[in-house]
Amino acid sequence: MESIKTRELKKIYGEIKAVDGIDLSVNEGEIFGLLGPNGAGKTTTLMMLSTLLKPTSGTALVNGFDVVNSPDRVRESIGMVFQDPSSDTLLSGYENLKLHALMYNLPLKEINKKIEKVLELVDLQKRKHDIVKKYSGGMRRRLEIARGLLHEPKIFFLDEPTLGLDPQTRQHIWEYIRALAAKIKMTIIVTTHYMEEAEKLCNRIAIIDHGRIVALDSPKNLVRATGGDIVSLKGCKLNLSELEKLAFVKGIKTVDGKFLIAVENAGKNLQEILRIAGEVEFVEVHSPDLNDVFLYYTGREMREEGDEVGFMTDVTRAT
Amino acid sequence: MNIRKTLKGLYALWFREFRVFTREKSRIISSVCLPLFWYFIFGNGVGSAMPSGAGNYQHFIFPGFLAMTIIFTGLFAGAYIVWDKKVDFLKEVLITPLSRTTVFFGKAMGSMTDALIQSYFLLFIGILLGIPFTPASIFLSMLMLFVFANGLISLGLIIGSFMESPEGYGLISSFVIYPLFLLSGALYPLDNLPGWMKFLTRLDPATYAVDGLRAVILGTSALSFTSNLLIVLGFDVLMAAVGTWAFKRMKL
Repeated sequence: MESIKTRELKKIYGEIKAVDGIDLSVNEGEIFGLLGPNGAGKTTTLMMLSTLLKPTSGTALVNGFDVVNSPDRVRESIGMVFQDPSSDTLLSGYENLKLHALMYNLPLKEINKKIEKVLELVDLQKRKHDIVKKYSGGMRRRLEIARGLLHEPKIFFLDEPTLGLDPQTRQHIWEYIRALAAKIKMTIIVTTHYMEEAEKLCNRIAIIDHGRIVALDSPKNLVRATGGDIVSLKGCKLNLSELEKLAFVKGIKTVDGKFLIAVENAGKNLQEILRIAGEVEFVEVHSPDLNDVFLYYTGREMREEGDEVGFMTDVTRAT
Repeated sequence: MNIRKTLKGLYALWFREFRVFTREKSRIISSVCLPLFWYFIFGNGVGSAMPSGAGNYQHFIFPGFLAMTIIFTGLFAGAYIVWDKKVDFLKEVLITPLSRTTVFFGKAMGSMTDALIQSYFLLFIGILLGIPFTPASIFLSMLMLFVFANGLISLGLIIGSFMESPEGYGLISSFVIYPLFLLSGALYPLDNLPGWMKFLTRLDPATYAVDGLRAVILGTSALSFTSNLLIVLGFDVLMAAVGTWAFKRMKL
C-alpha cells in the first residue's frame, strides 16, 4: 500500500508558486527524502501533507485519507517533528509528552509506560523532569522526536531534523532515526538539505527545486544518472560543441562560469577531452555525490542554511 | 468515546495553560498589582476632589476594578495565543486529531483559570478593605466575573487568532483594552454623559458587567443584576460562536 500519494499538489501565494504541481508516491515502510535548497517548497509540502496548510489545488492522500476531506483521520495517522522547536519551554520534558499523549487520546493506563519507552529511545530518561528551557538544542530535538513517536504513527514526518545543530549532534540524531526505522515499522518522510545525510539514510530521494520535483530515484541511481564522473572545466574559448559530440560525454551544464561535463570513465577519457576543449584554465575530476546530482538537475549549487536567511534579516533590519 | 477524547484534550490544554501560569510569576504579580495601584492611587487622588470624599469614591470604583482585572488579564490571556504561534507550540496542538472547537474551548478554560484566580483574589482583598460584601453578593459577584471572563477571553482568543506576531500587543491595549475599560463606567457614573458617549458606553459589554457588579455590591445600578447578567451571557454566546469560527479559519 502507498503511504502517501499526491497528484498535481500545488500551493500558490499570489504570484509565488511555493509548490508547483508535485506528484509523489511513497511506499509503506520507506524512508523517503525530500531534498532541496531553502524555499524550494519542502516545508510547504509537508505542511500540506500534515493538514496544517490547505493545498491551492491537487490532491494528497496520506495513509489512504484525503488531506482536505478527512484531515482528522490524516492527523491520527501521522507524527511530526517540526523544523523549529515546538515544545513548551516552561514545561518539563515529561509534561510535554504527557500533554501530547492526552491530546492523542492514548489510554490513561498506558501513558506512563509509553512515555518511558520513547524516552528510552532518545536517551532522555534522566532529564525528563527538567523544564525544557534547560535542555540543549539536540536534547530538545530528541524530545520532539520522542513526542512525535509517542502515539505510534504510521507515517513520521521529520522537517529538517538536524537544522541548526552542531555536526556531532547531527550525527547522533541521524543515528536515532536510523535505529528507529530499523526497530519500528513505519514510513519516514524527511526533508533535508544535507546531501550526505540523505544519501546515507533514504531509500529514495526526490529533489525539489522551485516547487517542482526535478528528479526522483534511489540515491545510487540518481548519482548514476549524472553519467559516471564529473569533469569541471574553466576557460574562455572552450570548444563545447565538439565536446558534446563525443560518445562518452553525457551532458554539459554551465554553473557559475564553470562547465560541468558528465563523462563516462573520466580516468581514461580526460586526455581526449582536454585535447578537444582547447585552452583550459582549470580542471577538476571527481565522482559525483548528491550535491552534483542537485547541481546537475537544477544548474545551481545548494546554499548552506543561514547565509541567505541571515543576509535577508540584516537587510530587513537595516531598512 | 468521542466525549472522552474531547475531555482529555480539554484537560491537556487547560493543564498546559495552568502550568505556564504558575511558572510565570511576573505575569501574576503585575496583573494583581496593577488594579490595586489604580484603586489606591487613582481612587484616593480623584476621590479627594469629590464632594463625597475619597472613601465613597473608592467604594464606587471597586466593582470597576474587578471588571478591570478581567478586561486586562482575560483579554491578554486570550491574545497570548499569538505567543504560541511564535514559539510554534500552536503547531503541535493543531496537528493533533483534536478539533479546532476543542482547541478553542481548551484555551479558553486555561485562560479562564488565570483570570478568575486573579479577580477572585482582588475580591477577597476588597472584603479586607471593608467593601460592604455579604455572602450572597460575594457569590453573585463571582458569578458575574465568571460569565464576563468567558466573553473577554473569547474576544482575546479571536484577536490573537488573527494576529501574526506579539508586536501587535500595543494595538490591543490602545484600541481594545482601554476603550473597553474607560467606557465601562468603572471610574465615573454614566448618567450625565453627552449622548454620543452614552451610546458608546452602551455598546461596551464591560458596562453591563460593571453595572451588574455595582448592583450586588453597592445596591445602586441602572439595570437589575439579572438583566446585566443576561446581556453579558448574550455577549459570551456571540463571542464563543465567532471564536470557534475564527479558530477554524486560523492559519499559521
